[in-house]
Amino acid sequence: MSEERYKYQGIGRELQKQLLTSWYDRLQSAFGDGRKVAYLFVPGNIAEFLRVFDFELVFPEVNALQCGVRKLSGDLILKAEDVGYSSDVCGYVKNDIGMVLAGNVGPSGHTLPKPDLLLCTYCGCTTFIKWFEALSHYYNVPLVMLDIPYLREGKIEEVDRQYVVAQLKELAVICEKITGKRYDHEKLVEITRHSAEAEDLWVQILHSAKHKPSPFDSYFEAVFFMAPIYVLRGLPECTRYYREAMREIQERIDHGIGPIPEEKFRVVIEGPPPWPHFRAFWELLKKWGVCAVASSYSKVGGYWDHGFRHDPSRPLESIAEYCLTCYTNLSLPMRTDLLRQYAEEYDADAIVIHSVKSCRSFSVGQADMRDQFIRKWDIPTLLIESDLADPRYFQVAQLRNRIDAFFESLEHKRLVQVG
Amino acid sequence: MMTFEENIEQYRSIIDDVSLPTVREWKSKHLAGKVVGMFPVYTPFELPHAAGMLPVGVYGAGGKVEIDHADSRIQSFVCSIARSTLELGLRGMLNELDVLWFPSICDVARNLSGVWKPNVPNQHVEYIHFPQNMMSAAAPVYYRAELQRLLGNLQSLAGQEISRDALNRSIHQFNRNRELSRTLYRIKSVTPWLLSTYEAYVLMRLGTLIPVEEHNRILQNVLPEIQNRNPKPRDYVRVMLEGGFCEQPPLELMQVIEEAGCYIVNDDLLLHTRWFEEPVPVTDDPLLSLAEAYIHRSRYSSVRHYGNKPRKEQFLEKIRENNVDGVIFCAPKFCEPALLDYVLLKDESEKQSINYLTFEYEEKMGTFESIRTQVETFVESVMFFS
Ligand code: SF4
Ligand code: SF4
Repeated sequence: MSEERYKYQGIGRELQKQLLTSWYDRLQSAFGDGRKVAYLFVPGNIAEFLRVFDFELVFPEVNALQCGVRKLSGDLILKAEDVGYSSDVCGYVKNDIGMVLAGNVGPSGHTLPKPDLLLCTYCGCTTFIKWFEALSHYYNVPLVMLDIPYLREGKIEEVDRQYVVAQLKELAVICEKITGKRYDHEKLVEITRHSAEAEDLWVQILHSAKHKPSPFDSYFEAVFFMAPIYVLRGLPECTRYYREAMREIQERIDHGIGPIPEEKFRVVIEGPPPWPHFRAFWELLKKWGVCAVASSYSKVGGYWDHGFRHDPSRPLESIAEYCLTCYTNLSLPMRTDLLRQYAEEYDADAIVIHSVKSCRSFSVGQADMRDQFIRKWDIPTLLIESDLADPRYFQVAQLRNRIDAFFESLEHKRLVQVG
Repeated sequence: MMTFEENIEQYRSIIDDVSLPTVREWKSKHLAGKVVGMFPVYTPFELPHAAGMLPVGVYGAGGKVEIDHADSRIQSFVCSIARSTLELGLRGMLNELDVLWFPSICDVARNLSGVWKPNVPNQHVEYIHFPQNMMSAAAPVYYRAELQRLLGNLQSLAGQEISRDALNRSIHQFNRNRELSRTLYRIKSVTPWLLSTYEAYVLMRLGTLIPVEEHNRILQNVLPEIQNRNPKPRDYVRVMLEGGFCEQPPLELMQVIEEAGCYIVNDDLLLHTRWFEEPVPVTDDPLLSLAEAYIHRSRYSSVRHYGNKPRKEQFLEKIRENNVDGVIFCAPKFCEPALLDYVLLKDESEKQSINYLTFEYEEKMGTFESIRTQVETFVESVMFFS
């Protein structure tokens, strides 16, 4: 794929790495130079709003997943368990608290600055609240809440939108106090304009997976390609990144190349990846020529592919809508239906659910989803279980058996149908 | 006339019966009456009450049924109350409940509300998003609207308007109930030898299954009876239980703790009965009154964000108010809110040199002997070394 004749191949990964490294550099150097630091979650992150006040942004989840990829999470989780955290709670929380206990050295070796603003963007997962309450305890910094009502009725209610907008206005006052900078509406308009541009490009990349074969793996590759839209959104370099990344995808389309040598099965994947065994997991599926053409995890921090954009003409309202519609904030029936739609839109052969033991937010209800996919819509569905952060739960032999059996039977079915 | 002890045993048989005998009885007397089941920890029971409905606590199966069907729906790494509640639903054992309310206490309860819909299609399910931004001026407005939404749905179900006066009458009844519960808890704290936690629990749990007026009458009658008992005070250590706010521990577990030498002078069991520590004001806008009470005057709990006063401070206040010798952290297995808070509260206990003991429970526990031994050792260490 990265042969000489291709100009852009590999650029999505490379540029992403560079951008993240310089972001971590910037964070490390924020010590004592007057720049203010905000901690927040990826889902429902109000990066645009905070950039008005020039906050540097830290995302504890991104640190946790990076620790997972770099195989640091096992030790960090043990550190948290040493101080009393149960083996049964969210692995991300333990990974992060382990990191704080170990001197707040991030996954890339950078020491991370303490939060000036600990902003709990409570967007679906209740563990978020417990997580930031714990950070508030360890950092001795007060927690500021941005409460995002769950989409319990299957859609945005006007009262929910108003509640979020009202909280944003209150938050502006808090941010002004912390940073000494005024809330500047024009600046927010400008920032949301950058966001919308980047979002357009990101959606083009996601939609490219409708091609056959798909030029892009919407799970195993998307989890890297999505990083800038989550952590750098609103900055011009974010848009630049997606322009470059789109070139890579276009080139793949033009030359009929894709993430695997030969696409045999198109699947939709639900659930976060097993970060400490990311490669191994991918290999288990690649072996069967599996390409993920859509996934829910790539929507945790924003769901744009059915039309939503940050809107410079109504920035606060659109930020509220963005928070309300992140994947983590969708009700279970909405999630189920979204995955079903993806299977249809992207012409997938199956749905694969990676159920994460320590993440009840995602996993409770997945067995039921599977049941519905199979019974109601006749979509073959595989449910496998491990963890997103805790390497102890990845049983490779067991996973291989389940995956092999599933795709063997799909292959068999196909042969019978063709015959 | 039955003695106090005999009454308690009769109530116990009611709360042990998962076929909901009191609810069936109520329905036989109120033929068109609707019942609203409420998952813990707290839901606004004033609303169904004002609509002439019966609000009923749904606390799982307490180990009384085998989990056969729910296992294929909810993974094994989830607390027992969620799995056994779903089991009851799948077996049709909650069919007496016309509506089921799930509050936003944790990811499990939230998703359970979603799992419910396709699995128990004839039951109306509501998920209530409680406000978590206690500092926002917009929170009462938001939560008032959420209450209005719930009320609207109850109105359609009842086929009639629910008046402001009816809501205020309900608030009044539940204020009375909270006041009586407070008195009961005060007895347990000041003179714990007069009333065991087992007895207090049975009395309070009964209240989740019968109309509030009836429960008020029962409490009113038993309070003087309790005051008139005269067992000898024992040389027990005074402990507080923390962690059982949602899934309830087996009754045997409470008995074992007490038999091992503890007076449980405070706990967070059946928390909804003591959710508001002051009366909810009766005003022109009862929904706003309930909303403001939730935001400004709720008791601390792991499933409600605390606003400007960290939970650990409120936890310490409870310890001091009740003159506690030690804390027993006992949380349901797999209960994330309790297990995550445990570390912070335990740290605070260490900082303040407060003794503590920790264990987990499940609805279905085979034996309590190892817990008995742990509690006995704890009691000894508190008595002799501190
Ligand atoms: S979504 Fe899952 S992994 Fe993320 S904080 Fe919540 S429980 Fe943990
Ligand atoms: S016991 Fe804990 S985890 Fe289970 S439903 Fe209750 S609060 Fe949630």
